[in-house]
Amino acid sequence: MANIFRRSLVPKQVFPYPDVLSLEQKESTCSLIGPFERFFSEINDAAQSDESGKVDEKILSALWELGAFALQVPPNFGGLGLNNTQYGRLCEIVGANDLGLGITIGAHQSIGFKGILLYGTPEQKEKYLPKVSTEHVYAAFALTEPSSGSDAGSIRSRAVKSDDKKYYVLNGSKIWISNGGIADIMTVFAQTELVDLKTGEKKDKVTAFIVERSFGGVTNGPPEKKMGIKASNTAEVYFEDVKIPIENILGKEGDGFKVAMNILNNGRFGMGATLSGTMKKCIEIATSHANNRVQFGQKLKNYGSIQEKLAQMSILQYATESMAFTISQNMDNGSQDYHLEAAISKIYASESAWYVCDEAIQILGGMGFMVEAGLERVLRDLRIFRIFEGTNDILRLFIALTGIQYAGSHLKELQSAFKNPSANLGLIFKEASKRAASKVGLGGCDLSSHVAPELQPYAKKTEECIDLFGQSVEVLLLRYNKNIVNEQFILNLLANAAIDIYSMVVTQSRSSRALNLNLPTAQHEVYLTKALTIQASERAMKNITTATSRRHQNLTEKFSIIARTVCEKDGVYSTGVIEV
Amino acid sequence: MARVLVGVKRVIDYAVKVRVKPDKTGVVTQGVKHSMNPFDEIAVEEAVKMKEKKLATEVIAVSVGPAQSAEVIRTAMAMGADRGVHVDVPQAEYELLQPIHISKILAKLALDEKADLVILGKQAIDDDANQTAQMTAAVLDWPQGTFCNKIEKTDAGLTITREIDGGLETIKTKIPAVLSADLRLNTPRYATLPNIMKAKKKPLKKVTAKDLGVDTTPRIDVISVEDPPVRQAGATVADVDALVAKLKEGGHI
Repeated sequence: MANIFRRSLVPKQVFPYPDVLSLEQKESTCSLIGPFERFFSEINDAAQSDESGKVDEKILSALWELGAFALQVPPNFGGLGLNNTQYGRLCEIVGANDLGLGITIGAHQSIGFKGILLYGTPEQKEKYLPKVSTEHVYAAFALTEPSSGSDAGSIRSRAVKSDDKKYYVLNGSKIWISNGGIADIMTVFAQTELVDLKTGEKKDKVTAFIVERSFGGVTNGPPEKKMGIKASNTAEVYFEDVKIPIENILGKEGDGFKVAMNILNNGRFGMGATLSGTMKKCIEIATSHANNRVQFGQKLKNYGSIQEKLAQMSILQYATESMAFTISQNMDNGSQDYHLEAAISKIYASESAWYVCDEAIQILGGMGFMVEAGLERVLRDLRIFRIFEGTNDILRLFIALTGIQYAGSHLKELQSAFKNPSANLGLIFKEASKRAASKVGLGGCDLSSHVAPELQPYAKKTEECIDLFGQSVEVLLLRYNKNIVNEQFILNLLANAAIDIYSMVVTQSRSSRALNLNLPTAQHEVYLTKALTIQASERAMKNITTATSRRHQNLTEKFSIIARTVCEKDGVYSTGVIEV
Repeated sequence: MARVLVGVKRVIDYAVKVRVKPDKTGVVTQGVKHSMNPFDEIAVEEAVKMKEKKLATEVIAVSVGPAQSAEVIRTAMAMGADRGVHVDVPQAEYELLQPIHISKILAKLALDEKADLVILGKQAIDDDANQTAQMTAAVLDWPQGTFCNKIEKTDAGLTITREIDGGLETIKTKIPAVLSADLRLNTPRYATLPNIMKAKKKPLKKVTAKDLGVDTTPRIDVISVEDPPVRQAGATVADVDALVAKLKEGGHI
């Protein structure tokens, strides 16, 4: 994807649509679907957990028996050993049924102990993976602090090495930790002092640790009261003189930030798969209502307003699912280069799911507003997805800056701007730029050989977007040079265009595959793709043109002035019309 | 100590709304969710429980049908069956297969595998035939205990509580025997995901009806499969007189 910032696209990650699972893997994944769905329909009770603010012990215990807490742990440690694509398929089922429970499961394995899977030493894996897989021991990921949200590099928790160098002593506190109140094993990030071997200079760097509650000094606050995902436990976690043995460092000393970012990047695709399932369920509920409800003598399904909603919802679901499984399969293919795509899919999935659930409620009207319809809980649960695991706002900047940095890697001055932490948004982009800088190659963009004949005119539209996108990035780089990193109004437009472009290529690829395989749904998938491409290409073109236009500058200048005044006045600044 | 043979049939899932094919030759099965016949799940559960109580030495799950039938054998093995036998029958032939064929196949397998007990679901939820257990017992000339509500091991053999119209009946039987499971016999366990993965390593033998020397020539022709008639819309009448007139007109009074 980063290549679109250079007027090109490397097709092999998207075309043909990836197909990584062997027939046997597909069969075994399908054999898991039935029992997994059955758990949700027969044992789980999402509404009850939402109301009581916790998951019943019996349900959790059944979930452990089911094996749902260790889907990706290798079988020799007691897990199921699923790859990302297989895991994603099960995430869809979780998303369709209970997002709150999904957080409990996800905080445990998608981030809680993922670090041990990715960076753990053989001894750490041996010691901890069986516990978190089968022994009902919960895991959590503790990064966020009161003064450190999006800017994760600024954490204040500190671990000091003991004089005998055998352990670290950790002090600090973390907030909003999912599973924070129930986890006995945590991946914790803290500042440690590192001495530069060359210069002898002392410097603070983040290090990741595996912390057991049993080390002592680990306590937590009461469960937080939240808007949604109430079934999951969220709490503050405090560390007071916690003695961590030196062998519990996760990854290398001082590499903690990289560890944190890679855990989050690695888990991000799962959100797309999960929310694709949520959208499926919302569409199912809305469709059933539209098929049966009669008003003004007609079924709702016959009205254009409802048709538009149902079509739009289906398009968004299709694109979200297409992205999630493009990325999961690229990851399974061994690609290390999926961070941009994963960020795009997280934004796309969380915003689409919000829209789809909201429209489902709208189709049901007053009934949708009632708890009984089962949609209001989903809407509340969905809200957090645009915020956590990297807010969509930060991820948009991440997308734009990673791409621009890649496009402008020949500009020395820009490179140094990226290297100077004070001039950018912090370490996130330093990490991103390291990755992107290693890429090479310029190429044209020709999708025609990859896309089914029926979709050629649509692929053409996408090519035009990619071409104009690359041109605009060049124009912007010339205009702003290194200062582009501070132009957030423009960066957001570029990010949105990149998201639209990605949605077009993945759906074109997937529906071409459907046509090739002659799937019964192929024609419908083609319609979804065509409709999406019409919308996304128009929107992308507009965003790209706006990004370089003076008129837009005129608008954003006004935004800045208004916002500055509102902030100065601590709120709305206008005189009420009847005030005297 | 006994070896138990359990029959498992792959059927359209109970939650699926069944649709008739446009050409009226049958129902739509492609792209439709299938699962193990619920009564067969109960049969598997009973056999696995027997093994856990050390009343059985081995549980063998058998399914007759096309390639996909192996799925339900895997499920049975994930629930605790030790191994499986898949009697492969091509889809076209399978559609015309009747309880008489299945019972001959099961009887032959029961003898080949030296089974002491055959436990089947009392009926499959797709064709609702409710004949296979009875016929299998007849082919083997073994005693039968159908519609089991409770199965207990007693010295001479088994004491079985049967669900019959109007109540429960208790019978005693020797083994070998053929049993059929009713709804209240037990609550089947869930196949957990780790057990599903492990079940892939359990042996699954594939044979054909021909290997077993069973003739599966169809004995029936399907003339037509139709949807149940759609309920006619009702009408409202203004008063009692109009209602009486309508009823008379319809020949109801």
